[in-house]
Amino acid sequence: MKNALRALVLALGLGCASIAAAALDAALVAKLAFGDNDEKIAAIRAFVTQGEPAAAPLLDALANGQLQTAGERVLIVREEAAIDAVSGETVTPLPEAREDVIANNRVRGELANAVAALRLLAPDRALRFQAVKELETGASAAMLPLVRRALEKETDAEIRATLALVAATIEVKSGDKTARLAAIRALASSDSPNTRSLLGSILLKQRDGRFVEPDADVRRAAEDSLIAVQRHLAWGERAGLLFAGVSLGSILLLAALGLAITYGLMGVINMAHGELIMIGAYATYVVQNLVRAYLPGAFDAYLLAAIPAAFIVSGLVGMALERSVIRHLYGRPLETLLATWGISLMLIQTVRTIFGAQNVQVENPAWMSGGIELMANVVLPWNRIMIIGFAALVVIGVALLLARTRLGLFVRGVTQNRAMASCVGVPTARVDTWAFGLGSGLAGLAGCALSQIGNVGPDLGQAYIVDSFMVVVFGGVGQLAGTLVAALGLGVINKLLEAWSGAVIAKIAVLVFIVLFIQKRPQGLFALKGRAVEA
Amino acid sequence: MERRVFLKKLAVTAAVAAAIGGSPSVYAKDTVKVGVLHSLSGTMAISETVLKDVALMAIEEINAKGGVMGKMIEPVVVDPASNWPLFAEKARQLITQDKVAVVFGCWTSVSRKSVLPVFEELNGLLFYPVQYEGEEISKNVFYTGAAPNQQAIPAVEYLMSKDGGGAKRWVLLGTDYVYPRTTNKILRAFLHSKGVTDADIMEEYTPFGHSDYQTIIANIKKFASEGKKTAVVSTINGDSNVPFYKELGNQGLKATDVPVVAFSVGEEELRGVDTKPLVGHLAAWNYFMSVKNPTNTEFVKKWSAYAKKKNIAGQKDKPLTNDPMEATYIGVYMWKQAVEKAKSFDVDKVTVAMGGQTFKAPNGYTIQMDAKNHHLHKPVMIGEVKADGQFQVVWKTKGPIKAQPWSPYIPGNEAKKDEPARMAATK
Repeated sequence: MKNALRALVLALGLGCASIAAAALDAALVAKLAFGDNDEKIAAIRAFVTQGEPAAAPLLDALANGQLQTAGERVLIVREEAAIDAVSGETVTPLPEAREDVIANNRVRGELANAVAALRLLAPDRALRFQAVKELETGASAAMLPLVRRALEKETDAEIRATLALVAATIEVKSGDKTARLAAIRALASSDSPNTRSLLGSILLKQRDGRFVEPDADVRRAAEDSLIAVQRHLAWGERAGLLFAGVSLGSILLLAALGLAITYGLMGVINMAHGELIMIGAYATYVVQNLVRAYLPGAFDAYLLAAIPAAFIVSGLVGMALERSVIRHLYGRPLETLLATWGISLMLIQTVRTIFGAQNVQVENPAWMSGGIELMANVVLPWNRIMIIGFAALVVIGVALLLARTRLGLFVRGVTQNRAMASCVGVPTARVDTWAFGLGSGLAGLAGCALSQIGNVGPDLGQAYIVDSFMVVVFGGVGQLAGTLVAALGLGVINKLLEAWSGAVIAKIAVLVFIVLFIQKRPQGLFALKGRAVEA
Repeated sequence: MERRVFLKKLAVTAAVAAAIGGSPSVYAKDTVKVGVLHSLSGTMAISETVLKDVALMAIEEINAKGGVMGKMIEPVVVDPASNWPLFAEKARQLITQDKVAVVFGCWTSVSRKSVLPVFEELNGLLFYPVQYEGEEISKNVFYTGAAPNQQAIPAVEYLMSKDGGGAKRWVLLGTDYVYPRTTNKILRAFLHSKGVTDADIMEEYTPFGHSDYQTIIANIKKFASEGKKTAVVSTINGDSNVPFYKELGNQGLKATDVPVVAFSVGEEELRGVDTKPLVGHLAAWNYFMSVKNPTNTEFVKKWSAYAKKKNIAGQKDKPLTNDPMEATYIGVYMWKQAVEKAKSFDVDKVTVAMGGQTFKAPNGYTIQMDAKNHHLHKPVMIGEVKADGQFQVVWKTKGPIKAQPWSPYIPGNEAKKDEPARMAATK
C-alpha cells in the first residue's frame, strides 16, 4: 500500500518534471547543484519566490540524495534512470562519472519547507495536507505570497485552519504592528510546540537587555497567547506521560503474567522465568529468519507466525523443566529457587553457545514503525500501541482459559486444595505440568513482544525477572486481577516519577515504595479470601 | 552413566590438551603473544566484538608478511563480558600468565579505569582504541581514539555554527558512568565560555542497558519547544542506542528540528535500526566508512574479505567498518613499527619508540603518534546519517589536530604536563 502510494507520488513527480521542467532556470539549478550551502539556500528561496511547482521534484530529489552532477550537467537519478534537471529529458546512457550533490541538515530543512510551500497548490488533498503540516514548523517570509494564494483557493476547512496558522507564524515577524497583533492572537489556538517556541522567542531579551519585540502591547498579547498555547500543550504532555506509563505497564504485565501463574497459582519460585522470556524472543528471531529466507514476500507478517512459535517453544521448555526438575521440589521453596536459578544460568549459556553472545537483530515489520500523531506534541508509536493491544488480548485469553475451560477449572481446584482435588480424581501431576507450561508459554509471548521494542540478547531475561516478581508480589499472590492492576499501576507511577526525577531515581523510588507497601500489607493489593490450604 | 561422563570428560581433556600442545608446533618457538581484551558478551558486545575481529585481522596480515622481527604474533583473546572488575582480572591474567607483549582492548572508560592500575603495577602496555573524556595520560597506555578536543568540542562548535543550525539550547544525554559525566562537565564549561547559561542546558543520564526512552524523548521535545534552537549531544553507550534511535524515529523527532549528535554511535551501532527516519542526525568521529580514498577502499575490501572468510555473523552479509575499528587497526600496526624500531618487545623500549610513529590511515591522512603525550594527531569529521545507515561527511578539519588530553575547560588542568610521569620524574 505504502509502496504503491510512493510509486504514485514518484510517477506524479516525474510526470510534472518532464512536462514543465523546461521552465526551470538553468542558472538557479546550477547554483543549487554546484554552490556552497549559502548559495544552495539562496537558490531554494529563489525557486519559492518564483512559485514554480515544477521545481518541487528537483528539490525533492536533492532532499532524498537523488541529485547528481556529471560534468556541467545536473541529473535526477532514480534507480539507474536519469533525467536532466533543467530540460527534463531522459538521459541515456547514464554517464559514468557522477557525483552526489550533498545537502546537510540546514539545506534539508530549507528544502523540506520549500517543497511543502510549492505543493500548497497541489490538486491532491493528501499532498496539500502534508505540505501544510510541514510548514507549521518552519515557514519563511518568502513563502507568504504562496501561502496567501493557497488560502484564497483552499476549500478544505482543516487545511484552511492550519494555513491560517502558518500565515500567522510568518506575519508575527512583519513590520506592521496591527498585523503582528492579529497574528499573535490567531496563534493562541495553535497546539504546536513550535508555536510556543515562536511566541517564546518574541518575549526574549537581547544581549543588551532590550526586548526583541519593542512594542509592549504586542508583548502582552504574546504572553496571553503563550499561556493559551501552553495550556493546549500541557494536555498533550499529560496524555503522552499516561501513554508511556500504560505502555510500560503493558510490558510489565506481559512479563509478569506467566509468573502470576507459576508463582502466584502454583507457588513455584521460578528464577528461570526471565530466561523463558528470552527463549520466546529468540524463537521470534528464528521465525523472522526463516520467513526472510523462505517467504521474503510475507516478511511483514512474520510476527503472526512468531507469536504461536514463541508460545509453544517456551511452553515446551517450561514443561520439560517441570517434568524433570521442579516437580521433585514442590513444597521446598528454597531448593526450587536455587535449582531454577541454576537452570537459568544453563539456559543463558546454551543460548550463548547456539546464537552467540552478541545481541541478535529482530526487525520491526514496516507496519510497526512510525506512530500516530495524537496532538502536535504527542506521537504514539505503533509498536507500543500494538503491544498494549496484545497485552490486553493475552490477559483476556488467560482469564477466559482459567474461568471457562476444564483445564482452568482443574488449575483452580489444585491451587485451592490439592489434596481434595486429588481425592475427587483430578490428575494433579498432569495439571501441574500443563499449568507450568501455560505460564512458560505466556513468558514466551512476552519475549515475542519485547523483541519489538528492545534488544534481544542472552541476558534479556535478567532485566525483567526482578520486575516480574515485583508485580506479582505487589498485586497479591494468586490473583490475576491483582497482577493486572499492579503492572499498570507500577508502570504509570514509574513514568510519573521518571518525568519528575530521572530514570535512575524513579527505579529506586518504586522499589522503596514496594518494600514499604509489603511491610504494611504482606498479602499484596488483592488477597485471596477464603480457606486456601497453605493459609 | 558414570563411565560415560568420565569418558566424555576424558575426550574433552584430550582435545584441550591437543589444542594447547598443538599450538606451539603451529607457531614454533618464534612467537610473541599479544592480548585482545574486548567484551564479547553483555551490553558492550554490540560495539566491542568487531574490535576483537579487526585486531585479529591486522595480526593475520602482519603474520602473512612474516610477522614482527621474524616472530609470528599469537593472539590471546579473552572475554571480560562487559563486567568492569573482570576486565582487571583478565588483564592481570594476560600479563602475568600469558606474558603478552601488548594488549589491545577496552571500550568504555570505566573498563579502562579498571585495568589501568594493573597495567601500571605490572608495567604492561595497553592500546586503547576509543574516543574518551581525556583527563588521563599513563605511560603504559597509548590512546588511538580521540580526546575531547578531537571530537566533542568540534562537534558542539559545528552545531553552534550557521551550517550546523545555530543551536542555542543543549540537551546532554548519556549513560551513567565516567565518560559521559566527564565529557558533559567539559562541554558545560565550554558552553559557558560561549555564553550559554545553565537554564539552556539539560543534563540526563540513564543506566547501562536502559531500554525505555519514551519519557526522555518527550522531555527533549518539551525542552526544545521553549524558544531557541535546540541540539542533543548523546554520549549513550552500548546497546541502549538501538532502543534510543528506534524511539527517536518512531516519535518523529526530526534532525531538521532537533539534531542529535552522538559520540559513541557509528555504522555498527546503527546496523538493524531503520535509519530512514533518522536521516540528518549526526555523529562526530575521526573516520567514517564512507570516506573516499584508496587506503580506505582497500581497508573496507580487506575487512569484507576477512569477515566472509571467518564467517563473522552479520559482517559476512553486510560488512561495516567504523572509527574504533580503524583506531584498533592503526594501533596494531603502530605497535609493530615501534617494536621494529626498538628492536625489542620490552615495554619501556617500545614506549619510547612509539613517539613520532606515523601510519597511512584509512581516514585518508598520514597520522602521527605525538612525540610525548601518547595520543594520536587525528582529523575531526562530522557526518550525517543517510537513509542507508552510512554517514556523509558534512564538515571536517583541514588536517590532523593534536590531542589535548587535559581539557583547558576543566579548572586546574593548566598546570598538568602534556606527557606521562616517568619513573625518573617521580624520583
